[in-house]
Amino acid sequence: MILKAFQEEGVTRVFGYPGGAILNLYDSLYDSSICHVLTRHEQGAVHAADGYARVSGKPGVVTATSGPGATNLVTGIANAYMDSVPMVVITGQVPTFLIGTDAFQEADITGITLPITKHNYLAKDVEELPRILKEAFHIATTGRCGPVLIDLPKDVQALEEKYNYPQEIDIAGYKPNVEGHPGQVNRAIKAIKNAKKPVIMAGGGVVRSGGYHELQEMATRGNIPVTLTLMGLGGFPASNHLYLGMPGMHGTRAANYALMEADLIIAVGVRFDDRVTGKLDAFAPRAKIIHIDIDPVEIGKNIAVDIPIVGDLKRVLQALSRRFQPGDTAEWLDKVNQWDKKVDLNPEPVDNKVIKPQQVINKINEITGGEAIIATDVGQHQMWTAQHYRFEKPRSFVSSGGLGTMGFGFPAALGAKLARPEETVFCIAGDGSFQMNIQELSTAVYYGIPVKVAIINNSCLGMVRQWQELFYNRRYSYSTFEYGPDFARIAEAFGAKGMKVDQFDQVEETIKTAMQEEGPVIMDFRVDSTENVFPMVAPNQPINNLMMDGSDV
Amino acid sequence: MKKILAVLVEDKPGVLSRVAGLFSRRGFNIDSIAVGETTEPGISRMTITVEEDSPTLEQVVKQLNKLINVIKISNITEDPAVSRELMLIKVQAEPQNRGEIQQIVETFRGKTVDVSPDSMVIEVTGDDEKLEAIKLLLQYYGIKEIVRTGKIAMVRGSKNSAGN
Repeated sequence: MILKAFQEEGVTRVFGYPGGAILNLYDSLYDSSICHVLTRHEQGAVHAADGYARVSGKPGVVTATSGPGATNLVTGIANAYMDSVPMVVITGQVPTFLIGTDAFQEADITGITLPITKHNYLAKDVEELPRILKEAFHIATTGRCGPVLIDLPKDVQALEEKYNYPQEIDIAGYKPNVEGHPGQVNRAIKAIKNAKKPVIMAGGGVVRSGGYHELQEMATRGNIPVTLTLMGLGGFPASNHLYLGMPGMHGTRAANYALMEADLIIAVGVRFDDRVTGKLDAFAPRAKIIHIDIDPVEIGKNIAVDIPIVGDLKRVLQALSRRFQPGDTAEWLDKVNQWDKKVDLNPEPVDNKVIKPQQVINKINEITGGEAIIATDVGQHQMWTAQHYRFEKPRSFVSSGGLGTMGFGFPAALGAKLARPEETVFCIAGDGSFQMNIQELSTAVYYGIPVKVAIINNSCLGMVRQWQELFYNRRYSYSTFEYGPDFARIAEAFGAKGMKVDQFDQVEETIKTAMQEEGPVIMDFRVDSTENVFPMVAPNQPINNLMMDGSDV
Repeated sequence: MKKILAVLVEDKPGVLSRVAGLFSRRGFNIDSIAVGETTEPGISRMTITVEEDSPTLEQVVKQLNKLINVIKISNITEDPAVSRELMLIKVQAEPQNRGEIQQIVETFRGKTVDVSPDSMVIEVTGDDEKLEAIKLLLQYYGIKEIVRTGKIAMVRGSKNSAGN
């Protein structure tokens, strides 16, 4: 019955790992048309489903067994929750008569995931199951998307209920608001017309809602500069002359200065995260703020908002961009254009033997023309990717923004490639992060998923090391790897292609070779381990207080 | 200032822990919470008293609204409403004090519901102020134990507290 519900919901692929308490579901998967991807760890499954969902816009579906199977999903569920990724997770549970007895492989996964799911269910009654499944997909994919978990006891799975999937849905406590309030929209139109120094700050919501054309139309017609948060990258083409780069802790001068000087910020699908605002009371002191978001909770959570608009971004932006009259922003644009919109980069090395990490990312960008799907792990390489890869298309940047999960990138890249096989998919990883889900090399090889992994290998936990250098008197406590594995040989042992690169003049050729390979490729770029991510705003500082190198700490 | 929220919820397993968990993990201060059935089967009513300023209260309400099992929230702090709480107090009472204590109880329209050789259990209902007042008076004799239900509230007149 569960599989029939999947079919009804258009699910063609699930990611998972079997075990005792979910055997019945796996038995029906055995001869089902639904394709199941067997990862090598439950965490791999949930991140792969996450990557699949981010790229396809469809819900990621995960199956795992009870107890450790379920708890291994926790990081991935929290990750999806923080980044508003639609996901339906089915976990097996011990039979209903054993629940609460500390039975073998029992864990209270609905209790554990309460704070990290949009909603969850313990389906004790098979008659309730069709409704629960229907509601789960509805809740996961509407409003502000998020993961929904269904815990399914083994005896409930075993019951064959007459299949009756509900067509209608009625959840008394769940009615997301889609249309923006017309009064507030009118106020916003007026504010935009009167603004002399407007900035659009767009985030993950733009990508999720599909409102990128509307965003582009609004920016272009209003001549309003645009900055994209980490989650928003790709939501507006980096090549557009109005694009300022990313704001915040590792943002560009143009984005941060513009926000601090603006008289109007049009915040679209963002949540004013501390990594974006820096010191909160110093953020954008002169700006009126229009905040458009599907989730009313985000409005006024971190920052006081002048014009709140709750609704689906695509719809609200449509309503806005059709009617607003542009103000005069010519002078403002002249000013903004004097600030750096890009982060400095020396594309060529001083010494061929020293590869700078940014140069590798720059090469990948040049070769793919900003058109590839890029998944990343978390840390320095993630920030360099955000700074130096010029994303042109929405849903092409797959990265753990909210939770900051190391080990996310590689399995997420596998999911992304399965969702969009026609696209080139890179995983830009760190040597620390990659080792956190390295077992998924088996999955990549077994299914022949041709993801190109570029390990930015600096033999240390670069971001930790950077903070220790800048703020902890260079006391590098447990952040350097004195021993690191030979990733190329590991790749070969798994059956993938591996390449090790330690000279700059090999970088370009290696990337090109990797792209021509039919299967998965691991490129181990040995880069300068002393390189830091700049610009940087120290924590709890105003975001125009940018350090351009470490000299001013 | 204390704020009173009337919250209609689906009577589903775990709904109380969803609500309580939300308060603890978002760092909201919950003063009291009382839950009971309503006239409609499957729907329960929570009366939640919180001590929060307005911006935080707005977050509390929005976050609660986000819970799927929460159907409706009304802030009835400003509405003309009756609110009551029931308190049981076990007070130290030697035979020679019983008369005095009984007088206090009657003044507050309470009831003595149990008497033992050296203690009495008193039941009293009312608003915060009244309960605090009797508590203060009885402290003189020695309070052994207190149990309170948490506040419940209802809007006066024909309007429904939860607004439906």
